[in-house]
Amino acid sequence: MSAATGSPRVAAPWPWLAGSAAGLLLWGLLYSQLQPFSGWLVSLLPIERHSHLGEAIAFFLYDVPKVLLLLTLVVFAMGVVRSFFSAERTRALLAGRRGGVGNVMAAMLGIVTPFCSCSAVPLFIGFVSAGVPLGVTFSFLIAAPMVNEVALGLLFVLLGWQVALTYLAFGLGVAILAGLVIGRLHLEGWLEPWVLKIQAAQLDLPPNSITWPDRIRAGLEAVREIVGRVWIWIIAGIAAGALIHGYAPEELLAGIMGRDAWWSVPAAVLIGIPMYSNAAGIIPVVEALLGKGAALGTVLAFMMSVTALSLPETIILRKVLSAKLIAVFIAVVGLGILAVGFLFNLLFA
Amino acid sequence: MKDVKVLGPGCKRCDAAVQMVKDAAAASGVEVSVSKVTDYAEIAGYGIAATPGIVVDGKVVHAGGLPKAEDLARWIGG
Repeated sequence: MSAATGSPRVAAPWPWLAGSAAGLLLWGLLYSQLQPFSGWLVSLLPIERHSHLGEAIAFFLYDVPKVLLLLTLVVFAMGVVRSFFSAERTRALLAGRRGGVGNVMAAMLGIVTPFCSCSAVPLFIGFVSAGVPLGVTFSFLIAAPMVNEVALGLLFVLLGWQVALTYLAFGLGVAILAGLVIGRLHLEGWLEPWVLKIQAAQLDLPPNSITWPDRIRAGLEAVREIVGRVWIWIIAGIAAGALIHGYAPEELLAGIMGRDAWWSVPAAVLIGIPMYSNAAGIIPVVEALLGKGAALGTVLAFMMSVTALSLPETIILRKVLSAKLIAVFIAVVGLGILAVGFLFNLLFA
Repeated sequence: MKDVKVLGPGCKRCDAAVQMVKDAAAASGVEVSVSKVTDYAEIAGYGIAATPGIVVDGKVVHAGGLPKAEDLARWIGG
């Protein structure tokens, strides 16, 4: 490689690795002290611990630092993992794949490929013009925002591995099936005409010189960017969760969002579409709702709808997709989520 | 004079990439003309799948996320 000419100085990786180890140790120390710390904070307040207000405040004071700490760790780890992947490499893996295997691969790569919503349009065109089938492209675009590290990490910690694993499996399932259905419908003609005309040049990127310090830096950068963007959502989500936790009467929620209320699943999907939040803001609410007797299927359907069917993203995609294709996309994904909600409430009754 | 294009619809990262290119150009002393390409069709024509992309004298050297400063110095200075 000609890489050596311009950068003779190769950074030694060990200060970065040692720094990461020290950071992890500090993290563990902070995390282990959370429960006593928040208990102590609450005891300082002139409020009866077991009153509605006391319960709500205790929930808030314990959850905010806990969720922020966990999120930082998960986002850092995922930032490092993602430095091994790129949209270009994913596209090369998917180009020319038939439906089926292609959809499965696309959905799984959607979890680990770095992706930001402002890249959605270039990514969509880049995939389609390089010969990735439309249905396979959709599997990727559905999975990427829905089954992400923030969602899985927080579900795992707040609700347990069973819920996280189920969410992973059903989220991938929806992305794979919706992509398969869209692929079968052969809707290529419903793309905006200019998209079909694009003649993309063959991409031949020079080899990159990424090192371990770069990967660790990528993790830190992800923390700065993602945690910096979503912390306010998390606090809002936990505040809403705290109110639910402290005040919402159990019978009421169980009646509205419980297993017996079949209509609550479609309602949850519909309410979720115009809402734009990320998993980080939604999961604290989900945690509180579940604690008050809401059914898991209903709540998961709500979460999937919020993350996978967001209005801003469909508006961005409208630049490349015809209104008809957008409608099909929302309908297919919405039906998939609906099925997950019903299935879940049925299975885990 | 080098011609550098930054491909991206205009998100925060694309602006950061433009700034990095300008900084790298200033540091290397090479005369560089930097332009932004925001049109989706034109971006797609370069064959990238993730933005921001960086094109130096017509050749795509980077796609997706911010480049490393050292790499950028090499592409512009070399």
